[in-house]
Amino acid sequence: MGTADILIKFALILIIFLISLVIAMYSTYAERKLAAFFQDRVGPNRAGPFGILQPLADGAKMFLKEEIIPTNSSGFLFIVGPSLAIMTACIGSAVIPWGQQLTIGSHVIDLQVTDINVGVLYIFGVVSLGVYGVMIGGWASNNKYSLLGAIRAASQNISYEIAMGLSIIALLMVTGSLSLKEIAAQQHGWHWNIVYQPLGFLIFIICAFAETNRTPFDLPECETELVGGYHTEYSSMKLGFYLFSEYINMFVSSAVMATLYFGGYNFPFMHSLGLSANWVTILGVIALFIKIFAFIFFFMWVRWTIPRFRYDQLMDLGWKTLIPLAIANIVITGLFITFLK
Amino acid sequence: MSIFYFIAFLSILFSVLVISAKNPVHSILYLILTFFTFTIQYILLNAQFLAIVNFIVYMGAILVLFLYTLMLINLNKDSEPVKSNMVKIAGVLGGGCLLVVVVASLKAIGVSQPVLLKDPGLGLVKNLGKVLFNEFLLPFEVSSLLLLSAMVGAVLLATKDPKTT
Repeated sequence: MGTADILIKFALILIIFLISLVIAMYSTYAERKLAAFFQDRVGPNRAGPFGILQPLADGAKMFLKEEIIPTNSSGFLFIVGPSLAIMTACIGSAVIPWGQQLTIGSHVIDLQVTDINVGVLYIFGVVSLGVYGVMIGGWASNNKYSLLGAIRAASQNISYEIAMGLSIIALLMVTGSLSLKEIAAQQHGWHWNIVYQPLGFLIFIICAFAETNRTPFDLPECETELVGGYHTEYSSMKLGFYLFSEYINMFVSSAVMATLYFGGYNFPFMHSLGLSANWVTILGVIALFIKIFAFIFFFMWVRWTIPRFRYDQLMDLGWKTLIPLAIANIVITGLFITFLK
Repeated sequence: MSIFYFIAFLSILFSVLVISAKNPVHSILYLILTFFTFTIQYILLNAQFLAIVNFIVYMGAILVLFLYTLMLINLNKDSEPVKSNMVKIAGVLGGGCLLVVVVASLKAIGVSQPVLLKDPGLGLVKNLGKVLFNEFLLPFEVSSLLLLSAMVGAVLLATKDPKTT
């Protein structure tokens, strides 16, 4: 690996990082605009034309607010909490294939930071690590509401991780590979995994909602019962990090869903357009981002349509509905592969 | 090699901190870091599957449950049970035995030949699966039965409450 390759990798990492931050920033704007649309309001319209500078104004506000660390909190862990939340949100995007290869001069650039052998499991590991940020922050605040929020987050994440893992197992039985690059490449030409795994996708998307703490699963920050949930004691940019990590998580999980089930960067008639390989790659990246934005829109659509679950309903859905369904899905997939292929 | 020694040093440091930390929650957090250093060791050994499973199962699930329980029971100095003299004597005896074993094993120490794997890619998912389901099928299935029986036992113990059954 020469210096140029390392520089290209570094640039790719930087670009992906910046893109996820910008998309997360503008997701907050999109969410407010969409909420306004669903509720027949106007939404943010003061900062810049149509209010498009609103995220920048929000960010500046977060940075300039007074930083409060409660006296009775455990100081170091209080800071570790939000840092861990934003870090685990950002590292998930490392294994996602954003497109095929670009050829610039003599360099062939893979539009993926790293293609590790166990890519799907890596995503799963990052997801399971995500709960620590919330748990440590909630505990370190030394506040009953925060602790209750943290405990809710932990039990919710663990419950839905099982169903998520089981739905991924059925997908892996179809693809026969753990590498996200191969899974994306296999779905070329309408062989999208959603066709083979409709039930698995349904389970996966429900679990993705639960893992990102989005409505109807946002019980850890349920303001009607828990004041602010796990981030009750947080202020300034530390609160900003918690809120921001939710949007980055949403972006990354949309990218994962698009890659695993909706063909990734593949789009119809890819190779019958008569374009050069580079243009096909660029169009593929655009196609992937259109899919991602569609999923982000879906996340927001659900948030402003459905009320949140009661806690026992949440547990019932996770343990008594999704896990048996996911196991049934594995069995059905196994039978299909054995007898029909 | 220097990475190995650095990570090994970190593992030992964190595991010492696990037992020396005053606060149980801090000690669990150090345990999480210890497991994380184990994950790095597995990656250095090219055992990717073992590394990621260690990451998901231990760091992502079991220790979350540990942390969850410890947060709920809120241990502190006032609620700590006073240990009787019998327990202290038993502790001294146990520690002494361990010391004897450690001294004996240190006396018998020698540099062993490094184990060379026939197939350096053994830790990758495909090869590991083939080995598990061919050569080690019986032990694999037996251990899965063991886990199943443990699970059934746990459920049985948890529902022993006369009100619920």
